[in-house]
Amino acid sequence: MKLNYRVVLLIIATVFGLIFSLPSFTQSSEGKKITLGLDLQGGLHMLLGVKTEEAVNSQIKSIASGVKHFAERNDILIEGISVREGKVVFELLDGDDATTMDEHLKTIEGTVVHASEGKYAISITPEAVEKLKLQAVDQAIETIRNRLDQFGLAEPTVAKQGIDKILVELPGIKTAEEEQRARELISRAAKLELMAVDEDRSMRVNDLSEAEAASYGDRILEDALQPQMKHLVNEIPILDGTMLTDAQVGYDQNNRPVINFSLNSAGAQVFGDFTGKSVGKRLAIVLDGKVYSAPVINERIGGGSGQISGNYTVAEANDLAIALRSGALLAPIYMLEKRSVGPSLGADSIKASLLALVSGFVLVMIFMIMYYGLAGIIANLAVVINIFIILAMMALLGATLTLPGMAGIVLHIGLAVDANIIINERVREQIRLGIGLKRALHEGYSKAMRAILDSNITQIIACTILYVYGTGAIKGFAVTLSMGILASMLTAIVGTYGIFQLFTNRIEKSKNYKMWFGMTRKVNA
Amino acid sequence: MELFKEDKVYNFLGKGKIFFVASFVLFFLAIALIATKGFSFGIDFTGGTVVQVKYQGPAPIDKVREALEKDELFKHAAVSEFGSPEEIVIKTAASTDGLSKDIGDVTREILKGTGEFEIRRVDMVGPKVGDELRVKGLTAFLLTLGAIMAMVTFRYEWRFALAAIIAIVHDIVITFGFVSYFEIDFNIESVAALLMILGYSIHDTIIVYDRIREHIQESKNSDFVMIVNEAVSRTQSRTTLTSLTVFFVVLTLFLFGGDIMLGFSFPMLVGVIIGTYSSIFVAAQLVVWTGFSVGRYREKMAEKQKMQAEKEKMRAQFEQGIV
Repeated sequence: MKLNYRVVLLIIATVFGLIFSLPSFTQSSEGKKITLGLDLQGGLHMLLGVKTEEAVNSQIKSIASGVKHFAERNDILIEGISVREGKVVFELLDGDDATTMDEHLKTIEGTVVHASEGKYAISITPEAVEKLKLQAVDQAIETIRNRLDQFGLAEPTVAKQGIDKILVELPGIKTAEEEQRARELISRAAKLELMAVDEDRSMRVNDLSEAEAASYGDRILEDALQPQMKHLVNEIPILDGTMLTDAQVGYDQNNRPVINFSLNSAGAQVFGDFTGKSVGKRLAIVLDGKVYSAPVINERIGGGSGQISGNYTVAEANDLAIALRSGALLAPIYMLEKRSVGPSLGADSIKASLLALVSGFVLVMIFMIMYYGLAGIIANLAVVINIFIILAMMALLGATLTLPGMAGIVLHIGLAVDANIIINERVREQIRLGIGLKRALHEGYSKAMRAILDSNITQIIACTILYVYGTGAIKGFAVTLSMGILASMLTAIVGTYGIFQLFTNRIEKSKNYKMWFGMTRKVNA
Repeated sequence: MELFKEDKVYNFLGKGKIFFVASFVLFFLAIALIATKGFSFGIDFTGGTVVQVKYQGPAPIDKVREALEKDELFKHAAVSEFGSPEEIVIKTAASTDGLSKDIGDVTREILKGTGEFEIRRVDMVGPKVGDELRVKGLTAFLLTLGAIMAMVTFRYEWRFALAAIIAIVHDIVITFGFVSYFEIDFNIESVAALLMILGYSIHDTIIVYDRIREHIQESKNSDFVMIVNEAVSRTQSRTTLTSLTVFFVVLTLFLFGGDIMLGFSFPMLVGVIIGTYSSIFVAAQLVVWTGFSVGRYREKMAEKQKMQAEKEKMRAQFEQGIV
């Protein structure tokens, strides 16, 4: 017997479909599975925006800190260093130091320096601003990813969407408390700043307005533990969290959780220099704009490590340490879109849509058998294999099945059945002409193929465009549908033909066209 | 089983005017409805919040409304039953953008004391996102129509392409006229349904066109109306069968899918019916009206074949080295 390559292909496709779709059914840990969309399995979906302007602001402040430290280290006298309208401004008191200062300022990348008669203004170039904004988004993604990894959730997704948006998906979230904790961990700026307390004016802190404080180059900050208490600190921080290398939960002498942090060598140097010069003064440890403690400096602190104490629970201290370790958010993030689906609702959706798909499908199958007899069974077989192939391909590609994806599957079942119907109708027509079965099959299939190809190619082109220009849900629809179309061409055009070829002789001999094709054969000849 | 007599040619185009009037009226009624009444756009497009709450026992809707009144975020919220008496949805145009102040938490706080409940779903879409979805969706849709037009022109003729596009637009507009009339929520799932109708409509139309093309080439008849009637009659049993099977699947989805899938199953249900109608009575008729000429098409085909033959001859000569 001649090798029937069509049947061989169909068998290979069937085996492929079964093997790779099986893990999705049994939910076994091995093998790739189809991921259910959050609308089906429950979980938290967030689209976050990034306030990138803030990243630029903090960069300016950071430049100011650097200049201040440089001046102090080299005994250059400057006055009134502050940030005004997005620029670092200060006055150089001794003209002799101008060359040294200019040299130093040249080394700061992405800035433009205006200097006249000792008055300096440093601004950031537009290109550098753009770059900073991009960086802020990328850094936020990295940071959120790090934090969520340490949070211990199953398979969180953190991905960039568009230019400045971040998509976060957390399938494992089950309770409101978990959700809240995750949101807080993500959104925590975790911006650590070490700031000098303005000892000269500190006594007047309660009488000062924000504007007055700003005129002295100071800021009024709230105490984290006692909100009614205010601190007056220098606007330009000594150090910020970018120089942080590690943060761990520790315990103080009263066995309360604290967070121990360490700084890198540059940070340690700045820290050492500052504490050495400021013995007797206070240092404010500021986290996200709140003062956690303001201890008096007793001696120069080398080695670059410090401690943040507060009224934490162990879990809070832990989350805070995670946030600090994984880096500060250069810019605050905000919520653009949030969808949270409870697990019970997801299960209900799956149940309802499965019931609908299966019952609809069974109806179609019965109908096909009634109408086409054995040919209907073959067609049903093709459609079933087809569905297994789609599921297998989705599992292999790691595609996500969502409700709109199911629309794709519904349409696809329709199209797959349709391909079989077109073929069967064409074959019937040819048989009616009274030609031999073998030729009737050949003619029927080749005629049907042209129509199916024209339609399917059009659909695939449409799907490609939808995939390229569409958003999430539309993409899912396009992927499911185009995979289905490819699979249906294989099973309907190639596979069923192969099966008919296997039985050609038997059908001819039996002459039972009623049983095979559900038709009465009128030989016109 | 056989539904249609194979050798019978039904005169579909003979009643063309009736169907034209029917389609015309439906189409413009739909446009008028969409223009005046519009859609009840879901939060996917407008921004806002939807909270789905399930109570143990019947939901105390009045108590919920009363409780919500007091909060600024839910000032103009709509509360309605959803699928069963236990379940309700709360819709408000408000949204929050902070991560720590969450609208789901707020709702939970407000509803405390109205009974035992579970918050099953919180969807919050900021106003910016909705705009983007709308623009992107429309772009994708128009580009897709363009691609279909190009493909059909390439495989058939521009008149066919034009007719196909008109038929698609006809199907979609009428379907969404129904969506507007029945005030079905228009959400992202409705877009998926719209795409399904688009796919289904173009598929059906192409199957009929393929037959028309075949008959133009094979039949000795030059009367285009006759050819079209013949083609539509020949595809009749296929169209009916396929439509019925798709209809089964969609109908069960509509019946069992529940309220959460309504934005998706309802347009599909209507779309399948309209799409089937239009592929039988509208799409083919439109080609006739575009002034398609069988004679010209055959000439063009003959020309094409001649060129093809010449090309092959030249290639053969070239390959044999006789230039």
